[in-house]
Amino acid sequence: MKKIFKLENLDCANCALKIEDKIRKINGVLNVSVNFITQRFVLEANDELFDDVFEKARKIAVKVEPDLVINA
Amino acid sequence: MKFGFLSNVSNKMRKIFYRIVFSGLIFLFVLVSGIHGFLEFALLILSFFVVGYDILVKAFRNILNLQVFDENFLMTVSTFGALYLGDYKEAVAIMLLYQIGDFFQSYAVGKSKKSIADLMDIRPDYANIEYNGKIKKVSPEKVSVGDIIIVKPGEKIPLDGIIIEGESSIDTSSLTGESMPQDVENNDAVMSGCINISGLLKIKVTKKFSESTVSKIFDLIENSVEKKANLENFITRFARYYTPIVVGIAVLLAFIPPLFFDAKFSEYIYRAVIFLVISCPCAFVISVPLSFFSGLGVASKYGILIKGGNYLEALSKAKCFVFEETGSISRGNFSVVSLIPIFISKKDLIEIAAYAEANSNHPIAKSIKMEYEKEIDISRIKNVKELRGFGVEANVDGKIIYAGNLKLMNKIDLFPDNIDDIGTVVYIATEGKYVGNIVVADKIKEDSFRAIKALKNFGVKKIVMLTGDKEEVARKIADKVCIDNFCSELLPIDKVSKVEELLKEKISDEKLVFVGDGINDAPVLARSDIGIAMGNIGSDAAIEASDIVIMGDELSKIGIGIDISKCTMKIVKENIIFALSAKFSILFLGLFGFASIWFAVFADVGVMIITVLNSVRMLSYKANLK
Repeated sequence: MKKIFKLENLDCANCALKIEDKIRKINGVLNVSVNFITQRFVLEANDELFDDVFEKARKIAVKVEPDLVINA
Repeated sequence: MKFGFLSNVSNKMRKIFYRIVFSGLIFLFVLVSGIHGFLEFALLILSFFVVGYDILVKAFRNILNLQVFDENFLMTVSTFGALYLGDYKEAVAIMLLYQIGDFFQSYAVGKSKKSIADLMDIRPDYANIEYNGKIKKVSPEKVSVGDIIIVKPGEKIPLDGIIIEGESSIDTSSLTGESMPQDVENNDAVMSGCINISGLLKIKVTKKFSESTVSKIFDLIENSVEKKANLENFITRFARYYTPIVVGIAVLLAFIPPLFFDAKFSEYIYRAVIFLVISCPCAFVISVPLSFFSGLGVASKYGILIKGGNYLEALSKAKCFVFEETGSISRGNFSVVSLIPIFISKKDLIEIAAYAEANSNHPIAKSIKMEYEKEIDISRIKNVKELRGFGVEANVDGKIIYAGNLKLMNKIDLFPDNIDDIGTVVYIATEGKYVGNIVVADKIKEDSFRAIKALKNFGVKKIVMLTGDKEEVARKIADKVCIDNFCSELLPIDKVSKVEELLKEKISDEKLVFVGDGINDAPVLARSDIGIAMGNIGSDAAIEASDIVIMGDELSKIGIGIDISKCTMKIVKENIIFALSAKFSILFLGLFGFASIWFAVFADVGVMIITVLNSVRMLSYKANLK
């Protein structure tokens, strides 16, 4: 399953890279992109793990960039 | 105080701006007034916290989250380093400059993001539907197939459909980059994203919004940023190692010389702070993707939809082009290309031919009727006989007309000269006399010659045309547009093996581009390094199978695509080289104590701003091909 989320307050390009790198290491992630310019977060993961993966990804993202808001 | 440019930035940025101004004024006061002692210290600390408190808070929060090495952390460490050394003015200056730099960088990035978004956002905001006799504005997503929508002059057509009432001219430039408006009338299919110029149109919707042309194109562009160019991936990898290495050196620099070599602690902490300030790879990680994104955006403005930064990058290395003749070099539909009457007028010749071919649906007959333009009065025609392998015999107004090939003429004892031309020649005879011939062919596009020449100017080494046509026809077409190599009488399957052969011949870093209509050549499009589909706007097959979609028919768009790709790559390389050399030279100077923190702040935010501005230059690109 692939889902696209809109981001708010992703202020630094380097953080976007860090978030992307860390999410890529989560078990079940097939593909991920955190784009600073388009402020888009694309997550592709196994169907049955998706919600779990998304929750982990969200935690990682907020840890790196505390003001980040992820909108479905 | 009012600042005009603040009107379109976020609240957050406005706050930062006022903090910078306030803190800057205090700082300036301290510098100018020359006060000393505690008051100076207090004012500098005030100035420092006003401009930098959010950075300190973020750094502290990140440390709790075990996230070190981000910009906030580094700025905190370096300014505290300066404070520790008693350089209060420098600490304030670093923080102030960093915030100013960051502000301008956000402003420039925000602005370019917006202009790219404007460039690419072809999506309509609403659709007008008739509801109980009143026109109501609804979101395009809510309209279903079969609904009737109304598009007023000046409005965007929100969904794909067929005109059921009204005529107008429409501006397709946002989709195709073509500036000539297109005239449309009843029963014409229209695409979403075009702008209605003159008349009121009632349109029956044929596709729901998510499947309409405009949505498909928008998705394609939005998704294109996820496919990264090699150079982008390289920079990402570089950034991953750059920061830890620079920070590591900074730590060693701060402690090793003073502890083991009896150097002054404060001196080496200062040098370490310089390293920390330069340790952010921001100039690279912002400017490189921004350049690619601008390049993709500009290309889309010209009706060249590129599916990823990787293809934009590859296009600059295109050295071999393979064209499927039909649809790329030639139009892909038949029309009358020449009309040579003997003894009678051109008008009479085409009329005779159109009447003779009136009942046929063959592509050749269709193009003759199209050329004739007028309605055909069936009552004038009697006794039509299809002569298989020869042509047709018809009785029009009591006269016997023969229209067909040379063999047909010979059969009725007429011996006109053999016409040697590209296409199919129809010879016409009436009342036993040869009256002329009509040549029907797939027309070569007006700009094909120019487009091929442009490719050669760009350093393309090999151009090959593939066609199903006979050799002599293929040769003539190839000669006309100056293509050196062609392969004729090919079956679709042969095209794949031909492309594979060419792929083996080229050097690995050079790219092979295949250009086709995107309908029947999916396997070849997939097999080549870059597959370009053109001329079939909104066709799913074309969008699916290709890497680059060219809206509209102009072959010269390929040259524009290459030009955009080369310009983008040039800017990316400029940015990388400039940022690398600025950073490394200041790191080097800093290592030996020749650089000040001011240099370092410039190497960080200054370089970042310059690279961002350089990337944004792409947005004002104008195609200029001779």
